[in-house]
Amino acid sequence: MHLSPDEVVFWRYGWLTINATIAYTWALMALLAVGSLLITRNLSTGIERSRWQNFLEIVVSGIVKQIEEVGLRRPRAYLGFLGTLFLFIAAANLCTVIPGYEPPTGSLSTTLALALCVFVAVPLFGIEEQGLRGYLRSYLEPTVIMLPFNVISELSRTLALAVRLFGNMMSGAMILAILLTITPFLFPIVMTLLGLLTGMVQAYIFSILAAVYIAAATQVSEPKLAPHPEAEP
Amino acid sequence: MLVDWFTVGAQLLNFLILVWLMKRFLYQPVLHAIDERERRIAAELADADARKAEALRRSEELQRKTADLDQRRDALLAQAVTQAQTERQRLLDEARAATTDWSNQRRDALRSQERDLRAEIRRRTQQEVWAVARKTLADLADSSLEDRLAETFLDRLGRLSDDAKRSLAEALQHGSDPALVRSAFELAPDRRAAIQRAVEQTVSGKVRLRFETVPELISGIELVANGQKLAWTVGDYLTSLASAADDLLVPAGAAKDAASGVEGA
Repeated sequence: MHLSPDEVVFWRYGWLTINATIAYTWALMALLAVGSLLITRNLSTGIERSRWQNFLEIVVSGIVKQIEEVGLRRPRAYLGFLGTLFLFIAAANLCTVIPGYEPPTGSLSTTLALALCVFVAVPLFGIEEQGLRGYLRSYLEPTVIMLPFNVISELSRTLALAVRLFGNMMSGAMILAILLTITPFLFPIVMTLLGLLTGMVQAYIFSILAAVYIAAATQVSEPKLAPHPEAEP
Repeated sequence: MLVDWFTVGAQLLNFLILVWLMKRFLYQPVLHAIDERERRIAAELADADARKAEALRRSEELQRKTADLDQRRDALLAQAVTQAQTERQRLLDEARAATTDWSNQRRDALRSQERDLRAEIRRRTQQEVWAVARKTLADLADSSLEDRLAETFLDRLGRLSDDAKRSLAEALQHGSDPALVRSAFELAPDRRAAIQRAVEQTVSGKVRLRFETVPELISGIELVANGQKLAWTVGDYLTSLASAADDLLVPAGAAKDAASGVEGA
């Protein structure tokens, strides 16, 4: 029994290793890219459109709407990063219904890589939005004393992102494996369904948290002037 | 160890590649399609708004035109009614005038007929009276009516006043032409000689006479000389008779006039 799909190695040449995490990630990438390519090849701009196009439009516009609701003024600028985070994690978790499949998100390496992407993307978007000086000043808010706490907060939330997703997915897979050994019938199916729900929730949580961090970095001086509509009674 | 740093790096790279792939094959085409559709719908809505506005404008224009047409129709109708009334009045006036003319013509015709009738009555009366008188005189005496007329004329001549005789003598003597003796009948030579003698005796001088027969005198004799005229005819009596007949006819004529006036109206 593996704790992480990293341990399943398909091919190794020196330090170059192709493990289950990387292989399944490539498979997911191929699935998403080819699927998108096939559907978007003949897009209709009229009222009549195919069901798959409808599905993709719902997904994309839903993601854009969610990003907008978090408070980002230009949702389409962050769609590439945040949308791909959600779609990748959701696809990785949904594929757990396929027998023999190991979700890449069940590897701490993957979740850490994703968390590192967020860790780098947040300051990049912040600097892009309000300049280097403006972004760095946000670490001194509300006082200079808060600087170490802000830095610790930045690091800890990245770690939390990575461990949360990994823990949830790994635990789901582990529980399923254990249950299969104890009660091989019926109960594991229910747990698999629950795992699908958990996977979708985790994908949502990961992307929304990333969006919130980016929103905090890009609009640090705005909340006092323009409070979020949902905060009003 | 749970974290394999090579895998972390590989996954980081994989994720970045996936971001690019998704942007290239999913987000851009889908967002483009959505934008294009929204643009098209907005254009169609704008077009629909424009068409609606155009339809509204045309509807208002149509209503205005309809109102104009109604107004013009009413005006034309009123004008036609006025013209019809005027024409009716004119035709009535013409009809009245024509009726009046016809009535006048009829009245004139009736009057003319009445005049003709009176003349005919007078003429017939004269003829009848003449015939009756002639017959009566012929039955009662041995002399003819002409003789009696000639005698009466001579008697009147003899009973002229002096002034009348003088003026008759002047007329006879100063006239260049012979005096004219007209009678309704042919005078016998002895009558002519008697009249010649009586006239010469009356004016005490020689007189030239010319005799002429004029049937219209109706049983009478007259002497015409240079503007003077001495006459005795039955016509005088007949004129008196005609007046009496006229008096009888006038009420009937007046009644006819009244009747024709009613018909003409």
